[in-house]
Amino acid sequence: MHVSHTMPRAPGLAWDVERIRKDFPILQQEVHGKPLVYLDNAATTQKPQPVLDALQAYYTADNANVHRGVHLLSERATEAYEAARRRIQRFLHAADPREIIFVRGATEGINLVAQTYGRRNVRPGDEILITALEHHSNIVPWQMLCEDRGATLRVVPIDDAGDVDLEAYERLLSDRTKLVAVAHVSNALGTVVPVARMIEAAHRRGVPVLVDGAQAVAHIRVDFQALGCDFYVFSGHKTFGPTGIGALYGKTELLDQMPPFHGGGDMIKSVSFEKTVYNDLPYKFEAGTPDIAGAIGLGMALDYLEGLGRDQVAVYEHELLTYGAERLSSFPGLRLIGTARHKVGVLSFVVDGVHAHDVGTILDREGIAVRAGHHCAMPVMARFGVPATTRASLAIYNTREELDALVSGLEKVRDIFG
Amino acid sequence: MSELQELYQQVILDHNRKPRNFRQLPSPTQTAEGYNPLCGDRVSVQVQLEGDVIRDLAFQGSGCAISKASASMMTASLKGKTVGEAEEVFDRFHGMLTDDRPSAQLPAALGKLAAFAGVREFPIRIKCATLPWHALHAALAGQAEPVSTE
Repeated sequence: MHVSHTMPRAPGLAWDVERIRKDFPILQQEVHGKPLVYLDNAATTQKPQPVLDALQAYYTADNANVHRGVHLLSERATEAYEAARRRIQRFLHAADPREIIFVRGATEGINLVAQTYGRRNVRPGDEILITALEHHSNIVPWQMLCEDRGATLRVVPIDDAGDVDLEAYERLLSDRTKLVAVAHVSNALGTVVPVARMIEAAHRRGVPVLVDGAQAVAHIRVDFQALGCDFYVFSGHKTFGPTGIGALYGKTELLDQMPPFHGGGDMIKSVSFEKTVYNDLPYKFEAGTPDIAGAIGLGMALDYLEGLGRDQVAVYEHELLTYGAERLSSFPGLRLIGTARHKVGVLSFVVDGVHAHDVGTILDREGIAVRAGHHCAMPVMARFGVPATTRASLAIYNTREELDALVSGLEKVRDIFG
Repeated sequence: MSELQELYQQVILDHNRKPRNFRQLPSPTQTAEGYNPLCGDRVSVQVQLEGDVIRDLAFQGSGCAISKASASMMTASLKGKTVGEAEEVFDRFHGMLTDDRPSAQLPAALGKLAAFAGVREFPIRIKCATLPWHALHAALAGQAEPVSTE
C-alpha cells in the first residue's frame, strides 16, 4: 500500500530534480519575497508529500495505541508501526528487526547506549574514544558517563582538511578502551569518516563501536552488515522523515545484555511490587507509548529515498557539492572549512571580515536558508580557529541554480560590508 | 531604504570595522562577560569607575557586526556618564528594540545609538545588539557570573 510519487528509476537515467522538488510542497514558497532556497539540510531536511500523507492517513484512519488493544484500529496501528521497523531493518541491513529500537533521534540513541551499555561496562580507569569532529550529542553523553564512572574521554585528532587521523586513532586504541563512538559523517565539515576501517581496528582489540549516522542515512548508502558496527543511531528528521523519531540499531547479543533505559509500560512482561520481568527486544527499550505516527512517517521517508535510488542520490549530491565547492572557492575572501577527500554536501565557510551571523541574515533576506554558528560542534570550530561558520548543506532537491543564488547572495554580503 | 540597509547603517559598519575602545583597561574597577551560546558571541566589558562616574570604558571579544558595533558605540556614548545615567540609556536602548510600541521620542533621545532602531525588524538579532549592554549592566552591578542571552 505504499504510494510513491517518484517511482524507482533505472540507473543511468537523468536525475529529474524538478520532479523531485514537486514532491516537497514546502519548497514551493517565497520568503522575504524571494523563492525559498533551502540549504540547511544538515539541520533538518524537508518532508516529501508521501510522508505528509502517511502522517495524515494514520491519524485520520488508524490512530490507536500499539501492542495493547484487541480492537481492529490497534491491530492496524501495531502492524503499521512494526512494518516501519522492518522497513528500517531492510533499508540499513540489520540482521533482525528486533535490533531496531525506536528512539526520539540520534541524541536519545547515544544517551541510551551510554546510560545502559556504558554504565554496565565502563569502570574507573577505562577510556571512551571519540573524534575531534563529533557533534555535541556524541561528546556530552560520553562526558557524563566518564564523570559518573571515573573513566576518561579520549579524542582522536583531525587534520586541516577535516579528516580523522587514523594513525593516531590506532595508537589511542588500547586495552583501556571500552567503546569507540564516531560520526559517520561530520555535520560541520561534511567529512565521510572511514568508519568501516575504524570498526575493523577496534574489533581487532575487541572494542565495540557506536556510529552516529545522523548526517549519513539521507546521503550515502549505509549497510550495517558491511560496516560491522555494534551500534548505529540516526534521526528521522534529517532523513526526510518527521521530527521526534529516530532509531538505534544494536547487535542482539549486546542489546540482550544491556539493562533497560526507561521504565514504564510496554517494556515489561509482568509487574508486581516484588519483581518486574522485562520484555524482550526491542520492546525492553521502548517504554511508554511510542511516536507511532513518526515511525510510520520515517518508514515512508525511507521508501521514498529508496524509490529515488540511493546510489543516484549520492552521485547527484556529489555533483552538486563539486559545483558548489568550485563556485565558493573562487569567491574572493572566502575560505572553505572542511575539505576532506571524501565528503557529502556540506559547504562550511568563513568570509574575511564578515561574521557568519551577518552572512546568514543577509542571505536570509535573499530567500536563502543557511546555518550560521558553531553547528553544535564547538570543538570543531576551535580546531579551525573560527568562532563560527556559515554552512550551506545540500540534499536531493537542491539545484545548481540554488548554488548560483548562494553566490549572488554572497556578492550582496560583499556589497554591504565592502 | 531596505530593511537590510536600515540594519547595516554606515555608522554601524564603521564601528564594526574600527571598533572604538576595543582594548584592555589597565586597572578596571568593574568587569563582566557576556556570552550568547546560540552563536558563540563573546564580549568582555571593563569599567573604570570614579565614585559614581564612568571614567573609562572598554571592551574585548568576538562577535557579529551588530554586537561589535553595539559594544563600540556603547563605550563611546557612556564615557563620563554616571551609573544612573548609563542605566537610563540602557533602558531606552532596550525599549527601542523590544517595546511593543516604542515611544516616538526614543530615537531622538538616544542620539547616535538610534542607528540600531533597524534591528527591531530582525528579531533574532536583537540579542546581538543588547549583549554588550547586559554585560555592562552586570559589571556595574558587580555580578561575577558571566551573563548569558539564554
